[in-house]
Amino acid sequence: MLQTLDLEFTEEQKEIVNLSRQLAEKKIKPIRMKCDEEEHFPWEIVEELRKADLFGVYLPAEYGGLGGGNTELCLVTEEVAKVCGGIALCVAGTGLGTIPILLMGSEEQKKRWLPDLAGGKKLGAFAITEAEAGSDATALKTTAKKDGDHYILNGSKSFISNGEVAEIYIVFANANPAKGPRGITAFVVDKGTPGFTFGKKEQKMGIRANPTYELFFDNCRVPAANVLGGEGYGLFVAQATFDFSRPGVGAQAIGIAEGALDEAIHYIRVRKQFGQPIISFQAIQHMIADCATRIEAARSLLYNVNKGMDVVLKEAVSRSLASGKTVYQELRGLKPERLTKYSAMVKLFCSDVAMQVTTDCVQMCGGIGYMRDFPVEKYMRDAKVTQIYEGTSQMQRNEIAMMIIKEYATAAKAQAVAV
Amino acid sequence: MPLNVIACIKQTPATGAIQLDQKGEIVTSAMTYGISPLDEYALEEALRIKERVPGSWTAALTMGPAKAQEILRESIARGCDAVYHLSDDAFEGSDTYATSYILSQGIRKIIAEKGKVDLVICAKQASDGETGQVGPAIAAWLDWPNVSFVKKIEETTDKIIRVVRMMEDGQDVVEMALPALISVVKEIAEPRLPSLKGKMAAKKAVIPTWKAADISADAAKIGPGGSPTVILKKELPPKRSGGMKIDGATAQEKARKLVEKMKELKLL
Repeated sequence: MLQTLDLEFTEEQKEIVNLSRQLAEKKIKPIRMKCDEEEHFPWEIVEELRKADLFGVYLPAEYGGLGGGNTELCLVTEEVAKVCGGIALCVAGTGLGTIPILLMGSEEQKKRWLPDLAGGKKLGAFAITEAEAGSDATALKTTAKKDGDHYILNGSKSFISNGEVAEIYIVFANANPAKGPRGITAFVVDKGTPGFTFGKKEQKMGIRANPTYELFFDNCRVPAANVLGGEGYGLFVAQATFDFSRPGVGAQAIGIAEGALDEAIHYIRVRKQFGQPIISFQAIQHMIADCATRIEAARSLLYNVNKGMDVVLKEAVSRSLASGKTVYQELRGLKPERLTKYSAMVKLFCSDVAMQVTTDCVQMCGGIGYMRDFPVEKYMRDAKVTQIYEGTSQMQRNEIAMMIIKEYATAAKAQAVAV
Repeated sequence: MPLNVIACIKQTPATGAIQLDQKGEIVTSAMTYGISPLDEYALEEALRIKERVPGSWTAALTMGPAKAQEILRESIARGCDAVYHLSDDAFEGSDTYATSYILSQGIRKIIAEKGKVDLVICAKQASDGETGQVGPAIAAWLDWPNVSFVKKIEETTDKIIRVVRMMEDGQDVVEMALPALISVVKEIAEPRLPSLKGKMAAKKAVIPTWKAADISADAAKIGPGGSPTVILKKELPPKRSGGMKIDGATAQEKARKLVEKMKELKLL
């Protein structure tokens, strides 16, 4: 495996890496091609990950986790994605469905849902996208009409990862369409709730081991106690979640890039043309150098941002446990400015690296790289989605630029006041 | 009825990691060590008994240098309730006769501490010595019944164990009174990976180490002095000579070339 810089992880974090790597090599590698080919979701791997305690590494011990943070979640995701980016999504997608509960949930809500998610007994999913609401999430059409102590949900969701296999869904619906985006509300909806059904399973280019489904809500009654963060706070829930979840996509992307480069190098060391291994040609060597450099840069960005995030996240979690306020409220108190810029940079950069590296890996391997018998083309197919989901690369650039413009505007205003 | 089960395991160089220098000697600095691969199956079955029979207790036992504690920590990480390390300079150089005696003395001490041990599970052989003698010899020292090449445990009660033994021409179903010893083959159960919580517990575990005196081992039966086996000569198997490598971009291409070559040599 490609050596990467020792980023001074703790002993516990190194154990997480070793165990995830062992599991991926021993249990996932033998079945990944079959899962991809047959679009098969491997429950046996969910069971392995669950028994190894790898689902809850980033959650507080109070809710059944191991007390880590984003770093830990990303380490698991990266290691699994090195072997299969699609199978890694059962962990990362559950993270995306869990982070909103961790950040926005009341103590009662956290106690109700987090232990099952931390223990891998239930998988999670995040449902915001609709047919007419992709990058523009505010355009979502699903409604939630208040009826006593329930809301009645009507509408549909598209392209939902962990669809059908997840038990816990974070669903965004508008409880007050007259208020526009300010009516959007986040609900926790359990699989099996009457009126909540699954539509078609999508056929995808990559990450085929993970089921992507349409969700339907037909007069689906959801208790008001399942609202996260209050009515009308849905977009806050989504934004806060993305701030913490996007590095997970970055980790998946880097894992895919590392796995592809590893497969490619093994091949080009032995593949002979013109009487010598093709790795001896400078044209190939320069591509390897570029791939490895990009991976190293992306990894450094990812884990540096995670390190900074985890300091505030862990502090906010421990304050929330003491105060009874939500983790999000404590976060805003600790660090009023959001982490959006850095989180978007991680996702943007890592996913672009994954696409560049996997494309180069196919190129370096030549004809065999393009064949399904060899895993490199799968890495390239799996990489593409990381530039699309949880906000396209274009939306990440928008967010990064917007945050920088805001920073300067705030500074200018402060200066004007001072003068 | 809960059972007390011991898996006997050994630390061996990880297969595939063995490098030879130019003189054909093993480069020990380049070696990594782990649980002898077949012992992983013995350990796995011991852990599965604990899961099948509520209240059961599973321990791992090894004889070896200080470094061997690594495999005991791995056993805790996989779910063992207890581990025991038999380690003494006087044990060094023991052959299978002396080793089995030392392990049997360790088991006797565990019986004295725990009240009883119902079942000892070994692998059919270790990945280094490959003698296949230690398991049955432990049973002989303890005067317990034993069955080798076990591929399945059909039933256990507080009195008996019924197992399926793999034979060259089929299989036998054998029932023995407990306490007993079995030596298992790979078919018995796929070894598990450790859990993260198990690994954390293993890091902190204090492992009891027993010396010769702790297990009342007779000095005449241990180490080189207690070992009737004498190794006269060691040599490497002769290197394979000749041969050819068939290259190709795909498996299909390689297969096609192989068939062509075999036809050319009139082998097909």
